[in-house]
Amino acid sequence: MEVLQEGKGKLVGWHDPDENREYVLHNKSRELKDKTTTAKDAVAKFVKDGAYIASGGFGHARVSMNIIYEIIRQKKRNLIMAGKTAVHDLDVLVGNGCVSEVEVAYSFAHEVRGLSPASRRMVETGKCKVIAETSNAGYQWRFLAGMMGLPFIPARNMLGTDTGKYSSTKVVKDPFTGKPITLIPAAYPDVAFIHVHRCDIYGNCQIDGIMVEDFELARCARKLIITTEKIIDNEIIRATPWHTVIPFYCVDAVVEQRYGAHPCEMHGEYFFDEEHIAEWLAVSKTDEGIQKYAEKYIFGVADFDEYLAVCGGFKKLDFLIKREEMRVPLITPWRK
Amino acid sequence: MSNNQEKKYNMREFLAFTAASILEDGKAAFVGTGLPMIAGMLAQKTHAPNLLMIFEAGSIGPHLPELPISVGQGLTTYHALAASSMHDVMSACQAGFIDYGFLGGAQIDVYGNINTTVIGPHDSPKTRLPGSGGANDIASFSHRTVLMFGNQTQRTFVNKLDFLTTPGFLDGPGAREKAGLPSNTGPYRVISQLAVYGFDDKTKKMKVISLHPGVTIQDVKDNSSFEIIIPEKYAISPEPSDKDLDLLRNVIDPTGMLIGK
Repeated sequence: MEVLQEGKGKLVGWHDPDENREYVLHNKSRELKDKTTTAKDAVAKFVKDGAYIASGGFGHARVSMNIIYEIIRQKKRNLIMAGKTAVHDLDVLVGNGCVSEVEVAYSFAHEVRGLSPASRRMVETGKCKVIAETSNAGYQWRFLAGMMGLPFIPARNMLGTDTGKYSSTKVVKDPFTGKPITLIPAAYPDVAFIHVHRCDIYGNCQIDGIMVEDFELARCARKLIITTEKIIDNEIIRATPWHTVIPFYCVDAVVEQRYGAHPCEMHGEYFFDEEHIAEWLAVSKTDEGIQKYAEKYIFGVADFDEYLAVCGGFKKLDFLIKREEMRVPLITPWRK
Repeated sequence: MSNNQEKKYNMREFLAFTAASILEDGKAAFVGTGLPMIAGMLAQKTHAPNLLMIFEAGSIGPHLPELPISVGQGLTTYHALAASSMHDVMSACQAGFIDYGFLGGAQIDVYGNINTTVIGPHDSPKTRLPGSGGANDIASFSHRTVLMFGNQTQRTFVNKLDFLTTPGFLDGPGAREKAGLPSNTGPYRVISQLAVYGFDDKTKKMKVISLHPGVTIQDVKDNSSFEIIIPEKYAISPEPSDKDLDLLRNVIDPTGMLIGK
């Protein structure tokens, strides 16, 4: 095929499919083994400095915040993060100096809440580099190509734009139609972390609500850490196997952490903690503010359970549960 | 500039109402974050109860009881027909199922191309913006794209974008097709605080469809760095009714997080 354009974005997380098949053969066990562990051990074992990482969920919905705090607590450095639909997850990691490179589909903003003071500042002062641009479907389909064990997948987005030019895609002349088409390279993240509603000790997962990109992300990640609201018996999985969205052989660690997405939303369980996010958005305007925040919520607590107590414990969580059910009104404390 | 201190509505309310009026019952609309969500909700609660709203994170056909903060939150599946994945809905968009794509932006040019990536050079930006998000995909695939720009000034309606994030008509007639984008797609309407714009069939350049009440042609010219085509005949944009305003203020966005700004 005639290559019409090569994007000048840095290609991260790509492997030759044969190389990745070798990796899968030797590293993704097909045995049913108890994979339960702690966030501390999972992060120490699987997240190495310089790794290419991806966070599941939608940036501030169904995110493994407990793993993210643990990454900060263990002072991981020079991570390359998939800015797929990154919102709070990326903002907190970039702001705390863990992530030095980002491939951006959507990053550095909090949707309706506004732009992210911390991660934007890190990019604008050169401390964090944007190494490539893409789009939401662009990133989603990187994971699809990885899931399929392919080098790339074709798509019709990013054509004719600077997004395409600054991406790691190539544009070729499609031999079927004769028209230009984008080739999106596969992504095989070194580590991904996904928060789910229910999971057994082997890693068979159930998720309520939208999958976002997690169906594909779970299947292309070299190492996958699952954090779950609840561990359930394998018999429950086997009773309705069509509810399993991630099968055990994709999973390398299972961490049980109730409220593990806080302050992010967990579908049907608890709402965004807008008060907490507003606090982060306010204090993260300065590096000193970030340090104080980290001391209070990350370094000053032993683990996520202690963090939840500092965030307001039962009273706060009860409010967030009721808010998710719309039994109490919405508050938006970040509004100026 | 329009005298909306005399009016009973603010400009964001007007934008949401005008955008909602474009959406048709029984059609599929891909709603992006921010004002597009409000437009979708207002349309569903007024003239388009069977508007099929689709969210890029995977929700299909919800009836939203309150304004989401995120297009990816659980609320987007409230009373929905299906809760799926981004791959599913983006594929549906690419395969031709989506009538309207609703987007916002920071900068726009005469061909309806949009920038939401950087102000300044890409590698050392003055301001780093969020990036495409779903915008590039939605504008590439939707049959009609509607762009909402609450802040039309010479600095946002620019001659040359700092970065072409999301495709309008690129550099003119035939450019989208030449680039390989799906045929018969492209920007349909641009809604700003001054006017509703369309695009000239032949030249694909932005043109006035209707001016908002109290806005003059001079206002339009003063707030654009590029020349916007002024046709001989143009309309005056309809105003929201009391019922529309009540829905916006008391039902859809009671905390005013979007329309109260």
